[in-house]
Amino acid sequence: MTFTSLDRRAEQLLRDLAPQVFGATLRRFRDFAACEDAVQEALIAAAAQWPRDGIPDNPRGWLIHVALRRMTDHVRGEISRRNRESVAIEDVPLVVAPGVYAEPGIDPDDTLVLLFMCCHPALSSASAIALTLRAVGGLTTGEIAKSFLVPEATMAQRISRAKQSIESSRVPFSMPDAAERAQRLSSVLHVLYLIFNEGYTSSSGASLHRTDLSNEAIRLTRAVRQLLPEDSHVTGLLALMLLTDARRAARTGPLGELIPLDEQDRTLWDQQAIIEGLALVEAAMRSGSIGEYQLQAAIAALHDEAPRAADTDWPQILALYGVLQRMSGNPVVALNHAIATAEVHGPRAGLALLDALDQDDRLAGSHRLAAVRAHLLERAGDAQAAIQVYRDAATRTTSIPERNYLLMRAAQLNERAAPEKLDL
Amino acid sequence: MKYMLMMNCPRDGYDQFTSWPKKDIEAHIAFMASFARKLQGAGEWVDGQGLDAPTQAKIVRAGKDGKPITDGVFPESKEYLAGFWIVDVDSPQRAYQLAAEASAAPGPGGVPFNMPIEVRQVMSGPPETK
Repeated sequence: MTFTSLDRRAEQLLRDLAPQVFGATLRRFRDFAACEDAVQEALIAAAAQWPRDGIPDNPRGWLIHVALRRMTDHVRGEISRRNRESVAIEDVPLVVAPGVYAEPGIDPDDTLVLLFMCCHPALSSASAIALTLRAVGGLTTGEIAKSFLVPEATMAQRISRAKQSIESSRVPFSMPDAAERAQRLSSVLHVLYLIFNEGYTSSSGASLHRTDLSNEAIRLTRAVRQLLPEDSHVTGLLALMLLTDARRAARTGPLGELIPLDEQDRTLWDQQAIIEGLALVEAAMRSGSIGEYQLQAAIAALHDEAPRAADTDWPQILALYGVLQRMSGNPVVALNHAIATAEVHGPRAGLALLDALDQDDRLAGSHRLAAVRAHLLERAGDAQAAIQVYRDAATRTTSIPERNYLLMRAAQLNERAAPEKLDL
Repeated sequence: MKYMLMMNCPRDGYDQFTSWPKKDIEAHIAFMASFARKLQGAGEWVDGQGLDAPTQAKIVRAGKDGKPITDGVFPESKEYLAGFWIVDVDSPQRAYQLAAEASAAPGPGGVPFNMPIEVRQVMSGPPETK
């Protein structure tokens, strides 16, 4: 949402406060859609009044107060409407905490509880992503629709169905207990990671909106880290995002094609993001419990620290992928493990590992497996086989930048292998 | 009025494309990107998508229980849809002109590829999804 009447500072303040206000409102009234409307009205009221009267001393309290007043009006209206219609009112979700107006109760954990709710395991990840961006990120439905390249009506429906599932699941608006908390936090981090990847893997060409998704994921992860500064998984995820996103400008060429890590212009990497990410990795690795995000971040850090591709500390990356593979069982990790093996022990050793992955149903026939195999065949000097497998990978991928990259790689190799064919 | 411009390729077109020289692939990609920008700049762009390789396509029919029965594409089909644009233009002539521009996208050696582009008007009236 944009507030044209407000300066940047006030607008940022409203964006940061919106999920807290929403959480505080939802804590008292279980009606997701009505609470959302009430928060929107409070934000609009702020946009109208603050430029005139100045930002109040307690802007969050101000917004919560206005939103709760709107909700109370809404509930009163609902009750009188239902009375008029002589409908049984037993199930009216009327919960008005006494003393609310005297001092709007503020719980900094409201944002966290809201995140736990939006990323509830009962929701599909597409729904959880949309709901999180809407309720916690404060993006408009139109903005979210644009980011995912679907019509606004479709996204509105997806969000509305997600709200209904939350309401009908009767998930309480409260902090999950300690036992459940770790598991729920991992759903939250997974959703944030998906949002980041959605923006990162397609940040090319005309789709500028999608890079906003990466920025939004980073912003939200920062917010979670403020609430849980000691959690090493949260810290690891934020580090991973920053260290990956730092390479954004170097990742695509003029035609939107992907540029692999070893061919990127490293002077384009965002050094500030790398410095921040490195500090976070250290903090995350020091604090005991090691998870997948920390390990991924540590690997990203080793790449980012190398001034040239040839300086990359592959033995350490290989060791980290070994740990990661035992921890996750994710076939994509196994692929990366094969790449690192090839860097340390030669391409044939990597190819041998890929042959074992052919048996994995999750990877068999996938473009990723073919793309990695083609790279390793190229390194092993088997140009003809590499060309075939690059082309095979190109027909399997559904990403245009990736397809273009694979095709050009095959073409380049073909021309190098048979230079007389250059003059067609 | 809206038109769908459908880029049809011969059955072996994709295989041919994958073996073009690098500079020809680059020229083709650059042409498609600049064509899209031009449509957007003229306010005529509605949508445009490329479809994945026909070898990945499936033909789906409902079985007796309503469950999907999938089958590969029929190998005898001579052409397949590689991608499409939807444009919003003032006249059918304009749609034909745009289709001709797309058709002349550079092929091997930079020579216009002259792919067949099927032009169909999108029907007006309330869509059946509403």
